[in-house]
Amino acid sequence: MSKLDSKIPEGALEQKWEKYKSSVALVNPANKRSLEVLVVGSGLAGASAAATLAEMGYKVKCFCFQDSARRAHSIAAQGGINAAKNYQNDGDSTYRLFYDTIKGGDYRAREANVYRLASVSANIIDQCVASGVPLAREYGGMLSNRSFGGTQVQRTFYAAGQTGQQLLLGAYSGLQRQVGLGTVEMMSRHEMLDIVNIDGKCRGIIARDLISGKLERHFGHAVLLCTGGYGNVFYLSTNAMGSNVTAAWKAHKKGAFFGNPCFTQIHPTCIPVSGDHQSKLTLMSESLRNDGRIWVPKKQGDTRKANEIPEEERDYYLERRYPAFGNLVPRDVASRAAKERCDAGYGVGTSKMAVYLDFKSAIARYGHTKAVTQGIHNPTAEQLKDFGKQVVEEKYGNLFEMYEQITGENPYQLPMRIYPAVHYTMGGLWVDYNLMTTVPGLYALGEANFSDHGANRLGASALMQGLADGYFVIPYTIGAYLSKEISTKAISTDHEAFVKAEKDAQAIIDRLFAIKGTKSVDHFHKKLGKIMWDKCGMARNEKGLKEAIAEIRALRDEFWKDVRVLGSPNELNPELEKAGRVADFLELGELMCIDALNRSESCGGHFREESQTEEGEALRKDDEFAYVAAWENKGDNNYEIHKEELKFEVIKISQRSYK
Amino acid sequence: MSSTSGKMMQSSIGKKLLMGLTGLFLVSFLIVHCLLNSFIFFNDGGLLFNQGAKFMATNPIIRAMEYVLFLGLIIHMLQALILTMQNNKARPVKYVMQGNEANSKWYSRSMGLLGTLLLLFLIIHLAHFWVKSRFTGLPGEDANGNENLYAVMQDVFHIWWVVVIYVAGVISLAYHLLHGFQSAFQTLGWNHPKYTPTIKKIGMFFSIIISLIFALMPICIYFGCIK
Amino acid sequence: MSHGNMNLTLKIWRQKSDKEKGKLVTYPVQDISPDMSFLEMFDVLNEQLITKGEEPIAFDHDCREGICGMCSMFINGRPHGPKRGVTTCQLHMRSFKNGDTIVVEPWRAAAFPVIKDLTVDRSAFDRIISKGGFISVNTGNAQDANNIPIPKTDADAAFNAAACIGCGACVATCKNSSAMLFVSAKISQLALLPQGKVEATARVKNMVAQMDEEGFGNCTNTGACEIECPKGISLENIARMNREFYVANIKS
Repeated sequence: MSKLDSKIPEGALEQKWEKYKSSVALVNPANKRSLEVLVVGSGLAGASAAATLAEMGYKVKCFCFQDSARRAHSIAAQGGINAAKNYQNDGDSTYRLFYDTIKGGDYRAREANVYRLASVSANIIDQCVASGVPLAREYGGMLSNRSFGGTQVQRTFYAAGQTGQQLLLGAYSGLQRQVGLGTVEMMSRHEMLDIVNIDGKCRGIIARDLISGKLERHFGHAVLLCTGGYGNVFYLSTNAMGSNVTAAWKAHKKGAFFGNPCFTQIHPTCIPVSGDHQSKLTLMSESLRNDGRIWVPKKQGDTRKANEIPEEERDYYLERRYPAFGNLVPRDVASRAAKERCDAGYGVGTSKMAVYLDFKSAIARYGHTKAVTQGIHNPTAEQLKDFGKQVVEEKYGNLFEMYEQITGENPYQLPMRIYPAVHYTMGGLWVDYNLMTTVPGLYALGEANFSDHGANRLGASALMQGLADGYFVIPYTIGAYLSKEISTKAISTDHEAFVKAEKDAQAIIDRLFAIKGTKSVDHFHKKLGKIMWDKCGMARNEKGLKEAIAEIRALRDEFWKDVRVLGSPNELNPELEKAGRVADFLELGELMCIDALNRSESCGGHFREESQTEEGEALRKDDEFAYVAAWENKGDNNYEIHKEELKFEVIKISQRSYK
Repeated sequence: MSSTSGKMMQSSIGKKLLMGLTGLFLVSFLIVHCLLNSFIFFNDGGLLFNQGAKFMATNPIIRAMEYVLFLGLIIHMLQALILTMQNNKARPVKYVMQGNEANSKWYSRSMGLLGTLLLLFLIIHLAHFWVKSRFTGLPGEDANGNENLYAVMQDVFHIWWVVVIYVAGVISLAYHLLHGFQSAFQTLGWNHPKYTPTIKKIGMFFSIIISLIFALMPICIYFGCIK
Repeated sequence: MSHGNMNLTLKIWRQKSDKEKGKLVTYPVQDISPDMSFLEMFDVLNEQLITKGEEPIAFDHDCREGICGMCSMFINGRPHGPKRGVTTCQLHMRSFKNGDTIVVEPWRAAAFPVIKDLTVDRSAFDRIISKGGFISVNTGNAQDANNIPIPKTDADAAFNAAACIGCGACVATCKNSSAMLFVSAKISQLALLPQGKVEATARVKNMVAQMDEEGFGNCTNTGACEIECPKGISLENIARMNREFYVANIKS
């Protein structure tokens, strides 16, 4: 018998959640007051969960490592949030959103979870609007929608290019309201360093006050990890500098299985690396691919400037390879194609690791249209360009500005240079239908769990999942567990399990300071990132993955012998924080490679070079790999795989094609 | 009501409201003062001016308003003092390098200094005219039998350094108004993309014109353009 | 490790904690690339310090794409440096010249005590929000999102106010350390939306009271905050807050 029980309710797919909601055990208000819940992380999932649970009457503590809950990296999401509202009357439905998400995830997600996600999506929009989120509107006062990759309907709600910011601030304001009411204790500048298990259940955490450096013990009847993704294992990613895996990883080491760790989303349109000083990568919204054409020179190692290369010497490789979808192929396909061209020596820019995203034809096309609408029948070339520029500016002005700020180049005159970058991790802590990990009482929400996006996430779905988990799923599912905990009294933090966990956390800190090595934390982080990017990035093969595992092990040993952490543990010490996080990345990286090695198929963000069609397209192997790989940590960097079979009862699996 | 309004006036916005309202009230006084004094430009030996001065000195409503005026002035000054002290406390450690010239006008940051200069000027100005007219008495009467305040003006503005002080005082006034006028509207909550540019223009026009007129009085007298 | 060709002299505020006095310390940096962001230049400096065995400089930063509001450096007398409309993380070294001397200080305000070096405590902002920067709607209470039509102009204006990232540049640059721009942005956003009108009276009173209690200074309308705000929050919001405040106090 597998150790994995997904606890998917019985019944027809559409009725599972409804039935679950009406049959799940409840906790009465008086009992809620004595039940304590710890929420780690204050992004969309964390803030919405903490606020909602507090509204329901639970005693909540919420932790974040930033100086305020409002800074969580959900804030950086640009594009939008999907919801099956069908406000556009274009045939959208819960089922279609569900179907698109499963298909977009390349059939590696759980049907029941995704259907639930789709069915609560509409409530999210209602909740956000009610709490004052200024989503974009039409002149009639109704909400506006736009289209996004991987779908044929318009279901994406947005707030200019700052949807994540507005949604997060909405959730944050709800959280601050509870803080003001005294129902949530907000612990900012606190980092979780371990979970505490007592009698097989998660009963609390050890957190470090990042200002005083003191380790603190916090008890909770349940603990929610809403700590985001681990893309920073690659060093360079679109994640925030502080985004880390530590909370999830420590939980993993204490019994929570890690699901599909190798599923990483590489976003195709990011500003390329400009030098080895680079600390992070910046995304350019996917929407740019609606109007930009992607190309490289036809000649290898062409050193001419973009504008000096004549039309017939340009290779619009996406249009060439995928005539049906052209520049609008899904993220994973576009990313791999860019890498293929650059690896073959056709890359552009100083680093040669970039391709062009060109708006010249869009400017010309829009210029013509605008000239016609202005009644100018024989416009000059100059006029056409100006008109075209105006239209493009209206649509993408802020993105063009951002590009110019970072690169110093004007994208109206020169094509943008872009390259794929690590953006999101579909993998995460394995959770059941209740969002509970394999440790009873320990939950994972949002990007921190593995659940809804399979092997590839569609645009505008991350925000949806974070808020669905926090606002509408956990408030119900936590009752199933806490209703059995009403007689559990708060456990003293002097309990030996707390004492031991704190001692262990302290030991790691002491060990880091004791090394007194010669290299900075960043030195190791950059090296790890390079191994991961080269060998466990957009394309992987057996040989590379095996090398990567050996290299990571060696790097980890070197880290623990030669890292230099200065200052003291009893103060604000960003180097110490980084060291702890990188130490965990050095373990996670190995597991990611092990998982990637095991999955000898190509699917979604996971491209195994051994598994491709003759034309070089991804080849999925459904008979062998239609499962979730949930890894158990056996200590000393040993892992055991547990497989949760994915049963597709409603959707028929088929190979994706974009030709 | 009284306790909430009391609370309101103690709040930062309430204090600013009082600054704005008293400021605008003082502006209204400036207008009257300027109009009346402009009578000297008729160049009639001050007859019309003295007539006006008599009206101002004897009309009971105007006399009552004089108390209100002083009250407004005192509130404006005290509030400014309190606000300045609070603002200083709000930044106990100063910047080593402060580059506000890039983001705001110097006079908007120097209202306290300009106000202090104005106060010093005001004391001199009151000593020159108001004290004499109200307490120590004026030298004789004019052809119409009115008290001859105009004669005092002629005396005072024939001393060159007095003229310099007055012109300097009026320049302080100009800059104080340049910020204060539109700032009062902002504090009152009147900021609208359609109307604010107009308010700012009026404020600038008003500050310059009124200060110019005031400045011309001592200058014209000193150079004998007005006899 | 050669990056580029700029050599600079940095004068950076070092302060062990809020209890100890701080001072400017001079650090020369070499081979800086104009393509680096200001914070990447700090990464280079910190790397140098670590190699020398000196404690690196503590500074707040996170998303490094101008939206989280965490970075907060006062550069040559201006919050987020000389460029308009950007945060420190988006400021690039091409905005400076080879040979420049750059003075970097923390935000300075009584309400933002220094924690260490360039890191300050901005939790006062959170406390202000917790007094009313929200709409009291519990999860599950909401009606259909399109039941409340909102004129596009209002929705856009609310969005513009909501664009505030809470970085505190307004406080930092204000000669009075006033937080009026920050507070007014949130009050404006919610005042412009029909959903927010229900609690408008209590909101503005409570938030202004908390703002005063935190020890921020008073607004003297110099307009510096509007110029330095990386998100272009307008002074109109302060006027709107003032109106809301007067109306609230007249009403009750």
